[in-house]
Amino acid sequence: MERPGVAVTAGGPIAAARGLCACHVCQLVSRRVPEASVAHCPRCGARLHFRRPGSVQRCWALVIASYILYIPANVLIMMETGSLISYRRDTIVSGVVHLWKTGSWMIAVIVFIASVAIPLLKLFSLTLLLISVQRRSTWNPRQRTRLYRLVEAVGRWSMLDIYVVTLLAALVQLGSMATVKAGPAAVAFGAVVVLTMFATMEFDPRLIWDPLQKEEFHD
Amino acid sequence: MPDRTAQLIACHDCDLLQRDIQLNPGCYASCPRCGAVLYRNATDSVDRTLAYTLAAAMVFLGANVFPIFSIEVQGDRSAITLFEAVLSLWNQGMMTISLLVFLTAMVAPAVELLSITYLLLPLKLGKVPPSYPLFMRVLQFIEPWCMVEVLMLGVLVSLVKLTNNFRVIPGMALWSFAVLTLLLAAAAASFNARDVWSQLDAKWNDQVSP
Ligand SMILES: [Zn+2]
Ligand SMILES: [Zn+2]
Repeated sequence: MERPGVAVTAGGPIAAARGLCACHVCQLVSRRVPEASVAHCPRCGARLHFRRPGSVQRCWALVIASYILYIPANVLIMMETGSLISYRRDTIVSGVVHLWKTGSWMIAVIVFIASVAIPLLKLFSLTLLLISVQRRSTWNPRQRTRLYRLVEAVGRWSMLDIYVVTLLAALVQLGSMATVKAGPAAVAFGAVVVLTMFATMEFDPRLIWDPLQKEEFHD
Repeated sequence: MPDRTAQLIACHDCDLLQRDIQLNPGCYASCPRCGAVLYRNATDSVDRTLAYTLAAAMVFLGANVFPIFSIEVQGDRSAITLFEAVLSLWNQGMMTISLLVFLTAMVAPAVELLSITYLLLPLKLGKVPPSYPLFMRVLQFIEPWCMVEVLMLGVLVSLVKLTNNFRVIPGMALWSFAVLTLLLAAAAASFNARDVWSQLDAKWNDQVSP
């Protein structure tokens, strides 16, 4: 059973406003002169930054690249299945529909969530977060931080279809009665998963809260 | 620990500066502004994490040595291990996907398990592993890429898909993966990076200035 959390002294100041900087590797808080060009964490030696440098630009680049790759991932063939009696070429969506029609509702729902809903949720959420941060929005920062944590938590599950294709393709290839082949969409889809994961890591959630402050923090 | 109470912490999600307070065992501190979990008090976290990790390492070996499942077609039986699946995809010309599966399902969990053992086993024996900041970084970097629980779900989905057309026999690795998923989750839940850092630092200082 989980015990209730204790809220530590509420309403304190922002670390960056005090010239203090939390190390992104070991979380140690140390003092940093804003003008000094390079500072390193006294504990682990990582470069210190008040905010992740170039976070918004790099996150945008990764998100846009993912949007572009999302198209071939959904239009191209994900999996080819062939046997003596039937031959199918499935995209991600037609694969889900086929599962639904053949009565595997549970599996259809799981694959739909992992391969369609989660990548879209990630891309839309990151876009929303990036736009709101760039416009220095002060709208509901707590909810937006929660959204970021959700994106972070569910991201890896979209790898599901890649694993399924791998296992089926390898196993069925050995039997002589049927074939399963991974299609070109698998490559595009894998790239979308990896790029959106990098985009999520690149985003600095502290930027959501900075507009509540008078000062601006960089680097 | 008198100096710990004076320590400051900054919330990793909203940068709110806060004072570190002593918690009762099993409790956690959360950020009053954004709700992020800041740290927990898990006094036996090193022992527990190490136990789960060593168990997971053994199960991981089993999960990679034994076949995941096999199918039977007219008396012909074919079985694959995870590595054979990766290899088969590589030979079919899907190098990128093959590499992606290899890295997320085999390399990342292996690196994670080895790093935790490298850090915690000496700590448990009262020693400091050399260049521990590097390994703490490796651990932090590799963690999001270790996807054993997703692979486990992938195995189950494949299993259901195959039963439509084939007779499927679950292999030893299937059970190993199920246990591995649970052990990795337990290890991750009991691992306390903040605690490990401070314990390693304390030991390191003792060694440097005896
Ligand atoms: Zn550090
Ligand atoms: Zn916070």
